[in-house]
Amino acid sequence: MSRFLKRAYVLFILLMMYAPIALLMVFSFNNSKLPIWSGFTLDWYIKMFNNAGVQEAFMYTLIIAVLSSLGATVIGTFAAIGIHQMTGWKKNIIMNITYIPLLSPDIVIGISLMMLFSVLKLPFGLVTLIVSHITFSIPYVILSVTPKLKQMNYNLYEAALDLGATPGYAFKKVIFPEIMPGVIAGAFIAFTLSIDDFVVSFFNKGAREETLPIKIYAMARKGVNPTINAISTIMFTTIIVILLGINIRANKKAKVLNARK
Amino acid sequence: MKKWTKITMKAAIMFLAALLTGCASNKPSITVYNWGDYIDPKVNDLFTEETGIKVVYAEYANNEEMYATVEPGNVNYDVIFPSDYMIEKMISVDMLEPIDTSKLTHYTQIDERFKALQFDPENRYSVPYMWGTVGIVYNTKMVNEPVDSWDILWNPKYKGQIFMYDSERDSIMVALKKLGYSMNTRDKAQLEEAKALLIEQAPLVLAYVGDEGKGKMANEEAALMVAWSGDAMVMIEENPDLAYAVPKEGSNYFVDSMVISKGSKNIEAAHRYIDFLCRADIAAKNAAYIGYSTPISAAKDLLPEDVKNSEVAYPNEEMINNPLTEMFNDPSDLIEVYSNIWTQVKASNS
Amino acid sequence: MYRKSLAYPYLIWAAIFIAAPLLLIVYFSFFKDGVFTLHNYQKFLEDYYIEALIRSIHLAFVSTVICLVMAYPLAMILSSRQMTNKEIILLLVVLPMWMNSLLRTYAWASLLENNGVINSILNALNVPKVQFLYGNGAVIFGMVYNFFPFMVLPIYNVLCKIDRSLVEASYDLGANKITTFRRVILPLSMPGVITGMIMVFMPALTTFLITRLLGGGKVILIGNIIEEQFTRTRDMGFGSAVSMILMLIVLGTLSFMSKKDSLDKGGGLF
Repeated sequence: MSRFLKRAYVLFILLMMYAPIALLMVFSFNNSKLPIWSGFTLDWYIKMFNNAGVQEAFMYTLIIAVLSSLGATVIGTFAAIGIHQMTGWKKNIIMNITYIPLLSPDIVIGISLMMLFSVLKLPFGLVTLIVSHITFSIPYVILSVTPKLKQMNYNLYEAALDLGATPGYAFKKVIFPEIMPGVIAGAFIAFTLSIDDFVVSFFNKGAREETLPIKIYAMARKGVNPTINAISTIMFTTIIVILLGINIRANKKAKVLNARK
Repeated sequence: MKKWTKITMKAAIMFLAALLTGCASNKPSITVYNWGDYIDPKVNDLFTEETGIKVVYAEYANNEEMYATVEPGNVNYDVIFPSDYMIEKMISVDMLEPIDTSKLTHYTQIDERFKALQFDPENRYSVPYMWGTVGIVYNTKMVNEPVDSWDILWNPKYKGQIFMYDSERDSIMVALKKLGYSMNTRDKAQLEEAKALLIEQAPLVLAYVGDEGKGKMANEEAALMVAWSGDAMVMIEENPDLAYAVPKEGSNYFVDSMVISKGSKNIEAAHRYIDFLCRADIAAKNAAYIGYSTPISAAKDLLPEDVKNSEVAYPNEEMINNPLTEMFNDPSDLIEVYSNIWTQVKASNS
Repeated sequence: MYRKSLAYPYLIWAAIFIAAPLLLIVYFSFFKDGVFTLHNYQKFLEDYYIEALIRSIHLAFVSTVICLVMAYPLAMILSSRQMTNKEIILLLVVLPMWMNSLLRTYAWASLLENNGVINSILNALNVPKVQFLYGNGAVIFGMVYNFFPFMVLPIYNVLCKIDRSLVEASYDLGANKITTFRRVILPLSMPGVITGMIMVFMPALTTFLITRLLGGGKVILIGNIIEEQFTRTRDMGFGSAVSMILMLIVLGTLSFMSKKDSLDKGGGLF
């Protein structure tokens, strides 16, 4: 009985979570603008692929996500290592600053950067978008690398030095492999945050560069539009495939590791 | 560390490449900033086909949003489509480039009555694009009485069936007109009265909508909606049960014009774009698509019979010349008052 | 290669893009044309702004509580041993988080319309039409829907880490299920609960999108007021002041919920 109840509850939650997504997907194939089923069509997908604005926005979204997650990962990883070496009030201050973008509302991050770029007279565009995305992503990278550093045995690094490794070599061979999972997790978070971001981009976009979420917002504001359903279906399917891929890989790895034991 | 240097190098190169393709491509291009749904999307492609100039197109929801985006000066759009009062404001703060009308081969086709309007008396900065009125769209299946007054938007019978436009300017205009005042009043007491009236109306309002209201009205989500004439045309086309009326107390008559923003680096191309939109066949294409009224008679003649003869899109001169039908003046001095009123109205019922 | 200087690029970055923008907000909120003024803060004291603030806190709080009440049992079920496929289910719960919240909210907006899909289904079942959209209810619904995974994940993480032997010890000592839950599991899961509450409350408090898409323009929250100052009214001073107030509330709430504990001790999302 209780088992049944539990299952029913889980099912209910999943239904709530997926009902709108499923309906969205179904209606991306609907042969009408109205939410009444009137036959199957691929029109909205054709429309989407023929829409130069959507294509461009997609390209910019990808460029920005790749570059900003790369930037955030590099800066953030080194920062985590550096901060890990610090002690006392310095470390405290820096960690508190690091928490700021994490804790402040998106809208405040967005407008504060917008004001900064305005004051600096930096033209809004790709650069402002990438810089703002790096800014809100770095803390996540730092926070996902730091635990790995804490877990790491510092003696290993010293041992490597004692055995004649150069600091660079020791870093590459000892530290880096240890923190790699954290770095990858951080990069992944940064990438998805960037793709998903609307609020910060909304305030820092340029005349030519719009990301997909901004484009979608502009379309959504004009009301029901099955083209948006088509875009979401594709975005969502892609993300599911990526996540499942990662999961399957991780599972395989776990199995291999278990077999070795 | 080599791997990292490589990755950073690659990132740097990609970054540069992206920047180069992003801004410095050799293909000439212009950036256009227009209202949502305010052009036939094919027109931009036609322009590119004919001139080789690429059009980068973005949309805004209202004049105020456009102004807020453009004003800081580090986003540069070449051609923008503000309304009358906004043009007045942009001229006053020196945000526009003069337009050389002698370069516009189709400029002479624009009807004289849309030239030298109060916001740009010498036609130095703007070229009219579309015009229209504000009125009430209603569903004849749900509203059985004649609609000829703003009063109907205050009728408790229609509680939960009214859409107001989420724009302080248009909504306060409705209230002022219902009260019999000028929409350009600077009298604080009259504005207070308008505010009280709108707060009184708030419980009857289903939602304060933006562009999405069009689709919702066509989908019979509500019975009545304050709307611009062009949007009304589109809605009626989608749902023939809808009708449009301009109330007898008078309303707003607006002209949206094309302007070139100050600091544009593509002034030549911008002129060509504006000229292109003034060509009769192109203007007709746009007017047919977006439902607003073209200021070019030659273009009007090309429109389908039902559009050309529509009282919605092309009301008789009498209504336009009616002193109760007004155009907005630049309300910069009132912007804070308006915004306060509007916040209070919208928040009054939640 | 393993020293503090590695953090310098980040420090410079943080100074320019984190600290400086915040200082700008502080500056703009206090200075008008270079003259110190409290005008922007005084303006906020108007009834309707205070009301918007209270409404924001109220709606965010209600959503947080609903999320908690719905998420805790789910996390318990998922962390219980006999549950099969729990990893896949957890993935499914978290998955929508990776989908643009704009899209998900938009999906609901079109489903919940008076003539939308849900009402068509209700209609087919002979249930009278329900007006879901345009109001506080719809906004709370949108918040719960959007931020629910943020609540499940931290609670689940903490519950999974609870030492089973503690629970068993409690049973051995004669406690029944309810007592064990109240005295052992619940206190041990508090860090996760607090993290979850923060993760839901903060975005709910500051959203302007959900109100935009579901509230029909009738629900004005603090986020909407800020957005309006920057995108419509163009009053940077007042917008900055409201942002400052919002930041203070956020920081206040965080220290109230003793962020350190929950963020550092395993309650986190990562």
